[in-house]
Amino acid sequence: MSLYRSTLAGLYKLLKKKEISSQELTQVYLDRIEAHSDLNAFVTVDRTRALAQAQAADARLHAGTGTPLTGIPLAQKDIFCTEGLLTTCGSRMLANFVAPYDATVISRFNDAGSVLLGKTNMDEFAMGSSNETSFFGPVLNPWDRRCVPGGSSGGSAAAVAACLAPAATGTDTGGSIRQPAALSGITGLKPSYGRVSRFGMIAFASSLDQAGPMTRSAEDAALMLNVMAGFDPRDSTSVDRPVPDYTRTLDEPLAGLRIGLPREYFGHGLAAEVGRAIEAALEQYRRLGAKTVDVSLPNSGLAIPCYYVLAPAEASSNLARYDGVRYGYRAPEYADLWELYSKTRAQGFGAEVKRRIMIGTYALSAGYYDAYYLKAQKLRRLISADFASAFEHCDVIMGPTSPGTAFEFGSRSGDPVAMYLSDIYTISVNLAGLPGMSVPAGFDSGNRPIGLQIIGRYFDEAKLLNVAHRFQQVTDWHLRVPEGF
Amino acid sequence: MSLSRTDVERIAHLARLEVGEQELAAYAETLSRILGLIEQMNAVDTTGVTPISHPLEAGLRLRADEVTESDRRQDFQAIAPSTQEGLYLVPKVIE
Amino acid sequence: MEWETVIGLEVHAQLLTKSKLFSGSSTQFGAQPNTQACAVDIALPGVLPVMNLEAARMAVKFGLAVGATVNRRSVFARKNYFYPDLPKGYQISQYELPVVQLGRLMIDVDGMKKEIGITRAHLEEDAGKSLHEAFEGLTGIDLNRAGTPLLEIVSEPDMRSAKEAVTYLKKLHVLVRYLGICDGNMQEGSFRCDANVSVRPKGQHAFGTRAELKNINSFRFVEKAIDYEVARQVELIESGGKVVQETRLYDSQSNETRSMRSKEEAHDYRYFPDPDLLPLELDEQFIKEAALGLPELPDAKRERFVREYGLSAYDAEVLTGSREMADYYEAAAAMVPGQAKLAANWIIGDLSGYLNRDSLGIGDAPVTSAMLAGLVCRIADSTISGKIAKDVFDAMWNGEGDADAVIGKKGLRQITDESAIERIIDEVMARNPKQLEQYRSGQDKLFGFFVGQVMKATQGKANPAQVNESLRKKLGDKPA
Repeated sequence: MSLYRSTLAGLYKLLKKKEISSQELTQVYLDRIEAHSDLNAFVTVDRTRALAQAQAADARLHAGTGTPLTGIPLAQKDIFCTEGLLTTCGSRMLANFVAPYDATVISRFNDAGSVLLGKTNMDEFAMGSSNETSFFGPVLNPWDRRCVPGGSSGGSAAAVAACLAPAATGTDTGGSIRQPAALSGITGLKPSYGRVSRFGMIAFASSLDQAGPMTRSAEDAALMLNVMAGFDPRDSTSVDRPVPDYTRTLDEPLAGLRIGLPREYFGHGLAAEVGRAIEAALEQYRRLGAKTVDVSLPNSGLAIPCYYVLAPAEASSNLARYDGVRYGYRAPEYADLWELYSKTRAQGFGAEVKRRIMIGTYALSAGYYDAYYLKAQKLRRLISADFASAFEHCDVIMGPTSPGTAFEFGSRSGDPVAMYLSDIYTISVNLAGLPGMSVPAGFDSGNRPIGLQIIGRYFDEAKLLNVAHRFQQVTDWHLRVPEGF
Repeated sequence: MSLSRTDVERIAHLARLEVGEQELAAYAETLSRILGLIEQMNAVDTTGVTPISHPLEAGLRLRADEVTESDRRQDFQAIAPSTQEGLYLVPKVIE
Repeated sequence: MEWETVIGLEVHAQLLTKSKLFSGSSTQFGAQPNTQACAVDIALPGVLPVMNLEAARMAVKFGLAVGATVNRRSVFARKNYFYPDLPKGYQISQYELPVVQLGRLMIDVDGMKKEIGITRAHLEEDAGKSLHEAFEGLTGIDLNRAGTPLLEIVSEPDMRSAKEAVTYLKKLHVLVRYLGICDGNMQEGSFRCDANVSVRPKGQHAFGTRAELKNINSFRFVEKAIDYEVARQVELIESGGKVVQETRLYDSQSNETRSMRSKEEAHDYRYFPDPDLLPLELDEQFIKEAALGLPELPDAKRERFVREYGLSAYDAEVLTGSREMADYYEAAAAMVPGQAKLAANWIIGDLSGYLNRDSLGIGDAPVTSAMLAGLVCRIADSTISGKIAKDVFDAMWNGEGDADAVIGKKGLRQITDESAIERIIDEVMARNPKQLEQYRSGQDKLFGFFVGQVMKATQGKANPAQVNESLRKKLGDKPA
């Protein structure tokens, strides 16, 4: 098997045994990124910096002070601030923004000794499900270049799927890790809200945003989460709670595991091929000793309306700081302060971002707050309570990650509402703050990947990883690599 | 609820987004459709439900009152569009 | 028609924390522009707020001091608006659930006590500063102040005159300094006041339309601005006009208020709970500790001074005007048993006069409380007269040592030896036969002349009471 198809766990062994150096490994991936630049998975690649980090990692490996991720090259979503490196968030607004500080997630990887290959393309300010809203152009799905890789973490998903990086980070506000993981055939985990620090991660919707790993396997996700998770005093919503070693419980047997199947996730709107693949995966789980139980999430149908009030409302406020005064884009011509603001923001933001800012502004404005924002907060309570009731009868919840597989460019970009529906199964997990995962579970007739979603109890990431890992030990969907890569 | 061009103008003004005359109708149409989706919320009676603003139902953690930051003006202003004598510059604000 | 004025005040008190409300930047005044504005303060992408514990404690102290409800749970909200000195595009404040609610402050105007309600006090962050004069056609933004903690104290519209408003404001000013939560420096903007002013026909229940007066940065200006505004509104209504609800700026140069924006923009702040911050929850222990940290409050101290030291209400009021002043007084009084009133007179009189003259705070007075007590002792034990004491005080102020040193060095000890005084009186009588003659023939007022002559002969050192007594004896006749 080619080196670049290896998992993190595999690369770790090679590096540890000195069968390869981090510099050699980094070079391999840098070359692959360049060779497959047509995918447009990266916004920024800094070879010099990456190789310097690899050199330092080699020294550390040599000294025997390495960690499991020392010397491992990784791709970082361009939503994380990286000191001295362009951090664009997929927007013209920040196309010139060289961050003067590191996000906590980045610092943690730096401390672990991993190598930053580059910053991955994404939907502008993480608002999108197809990567078509990026100022830097869409990312192509390595399985089918006519199709989207999913979004918003589309660059990370494509990079891992095409083996341009062994693993990457993503962020998930309404499905932005899980949906592209599903559409690009990789493993993605959105941890519980509060598990991974949001400091330095450019905010979209603060009460929903959460960072997580995008990898080739559940085991790799566990290795990544071991580094990413943990309390951060700089984030008031970070939870001070011990971080277990997520690799330790991967092999626990699944006998007796109760899998809840929400009937709402298997109804109208689900593509037949996706439904069949999920059913096959569930059958696999039954063979592993798990049993399935029917549960109900009666308010899940309202997750999308609820989300499209709360997320834009928070975003309209979070994105007010982009005003052309202290950093980022400033309109070239303006007559006064009013024009400085309104032209800078009109030119700096793309269409979808502007739509969401306007929806959010409207939802919070005088006279509408109760009907929209407050109503949505109440629904959020109901949606959250649905999960609590369901988890009284099961240990994990499973269903499809997305109702369909990767769709063609332009097929939904003209219709925001149709686009929003592709997150129908992922959004309620963010509203409830729960951990959720997507693991490869097959392909449709067009050889486009299908993802199985696994949802856990609050802070039950270890269980999710265990459940996913056991599945991956008896299946090989996650090991498949698209043709030409 | 369907938004008029005037509504769009008012919202765009609040959000400090320049919207051209010719874009108003398109925005009114798209935003109205999104609002249509949002208004599906009304299908559920939420009387008596306590709203939540956050998935974490905990209290705020407080920090000790200590000065931990030092001057980084030079770094911060190196990426600023317009500064002079340490100040960020904007067109004259008229009060 | 007779008009009644209705005033409510909104006071912004900068809290005396070392670091900002949501970041670790220094709050020190006067630094070079933007050198105390960290990544959080300038709102770089991705940064997050973390709240300062001390600010919470200070807010609680204030709440307890005004007998308010301290909410065990309060919520930070975002107030959204665009302005160059507001880097995030929103101010973190408290809206629906403030930390302090329903307190009160008693004021005393012309001997009449009145309770002023405090609607609420909430924590919020200050904005930066816009400098309009530095550059042609441009405004410069300094974000050093951005994020400094403020306690916004909102009163009920309970005040009925500019005088009441100023009294309330002064009382609040004394209180926050007592509590050590604000330095009260109005020039530097650490204690700022906006006034909501309206008028209504006397007897009418409904409030009139109010104007919000901004930028009144001294007690004097508060009174003048309100008086001007009341006159403006009355004149406007009486001439058939209508008061519009608006923000008006007080211009101390021209002593008038003017509308801040010709076409006042309709504000829509789109408040919502800040998703970066969880609710501020304060437990009983925290509140109990804050209560234990409270100093004796001005009202209690004033009453105690009247009771313990036998001071007049006025003297007690002056001496409790600041914690430092009160501490100074108590330290001095403790050293001069039985002379508390005399010590008070010296502090309110000479000491305060010298402090004013030299623009010094009481903490910087060259005459310490021990030195003042030493002086009072020498007056009390008749070593020096009150008149000589003024010279001694002046010498102490100029660094010539304590009272005893000055008295010794300058030979100012009072003459109390009766025979010595009588000898001098004899000499004076001998030198002034004509006046003696006239006095004895009934010109009583010449008594003062003889006192003066004796004091002159002793360079003021003779004990005046003794001089009086001996003179009457010597001059022989009818006691006055």
